[in-house]
Amino acid sequence: MAVLRVNPTRMELTQMKRRLVTAKRGHKLLKDKRDELVRRFILIVKENAKLRKQVELELGDALKDFALARAVMEPGAMYQALLYPARTASMTFGKRSILSVPVPVYQMDESSLSKSVLPYGMVETSSQLDGAIETMAKVLPLLIKLAETEKTSTLLADEIQKTRRRVNALEYVMIPQFEETIRYITMKLDENERSALTRLMKVKDMIAERAT
Amino acid sequence: MADKLLRLGAVGEEDAILAFKAIGAVTVPATTEDEVTAALHQLSRQGIPVIFITEQAAQVAAEAISRYDQTMDTAIIPIPGIKGTDGFGAKRVRDNVIKAIGADILNQNN
Repeated sequence: MAVLRVNPTRMELTQMKRRLVTAKRGHKLLKDKRDELVRRFILIVKENAKLRKQVELELGDALKDFALARAVMEPGAMYQALLYPARTASMTFGKRSILSVPVPVYQMDESSLSKSVLPYGMVETSSQLDGAIETMAKVLPLLIKLAETEKTSTLLADEIQKTRRRVNALEYVMIPQFEETIRYITMKLDENERSALTRLMKVKDMIAERAT
Repeated sequence: MADKLLRLGAVGEEDAILAFKAIGAVTVPATTEDEVTAALHQLSRQGIPVIFITEQAAQVAAEAISRYDQTMDTAIIPIPGIKGTDGFGAKRVRDNVIKAIGADILNQNN
């Protein structure tokens, strides 16, 4: 590891020592943060995988219902019937913080769920369509939940990667660099002291020689 | 931003997103890469926080989707289309795990 380019002075040495202490402290804190992030991430991602499986199953059914409903209706009639949907799927959007990583919180709007008004008359549409819309409405809260966990896990994964890089940079680059620099400065200072001492002894010898 | 009612978005093949239209999502039909990219951009600009995209549409515009990965304001969620799932959504979950932990730990448990 390369030694930092600094003047080998006592002042630099103190400064380096101070920076090393800070780096070690930061390293410890970031390591703790990383471990906790990973712990939470595993919980969330497991839930995410479970939810996704469930959603894929149930949404598949709902879409199949829709395909069936389409099959028994006239092509244009379906588009016409759904042109102005009676319910508006809406939700509120908030934030929460997981170890100061902002993640979204979605809350399904209850009133948009409870409304079961069909947006069309009964004449031109099939009963399958009614059922298909009902199933779809039931899947919706699940979809919102999936969206929340999936976004959260994506954001956490990003943050974990960033934190891990910081931890590694501190552990394998910054801290060894500081340690090496401190060693270099100490050695240089010791060497200077020794050479000063030798010089003094030499001078003393020379003075003693001249006196005799 | 909180407590304001926001709508949902859906992007993908016409057949699949019709179901989302029925429950009142804002839908934009799109199949090609340009269409999907434009649709995502349009919905995100409208301030729609959750956009569902069919896996077939997501496949062609993976790059456009990854652009929204870092922001908290827009979540783009791949869902199976009419033909069922092709594993794109599940792959995204696995990719997240590999990115965060360095190994795929989900498969071993299941």
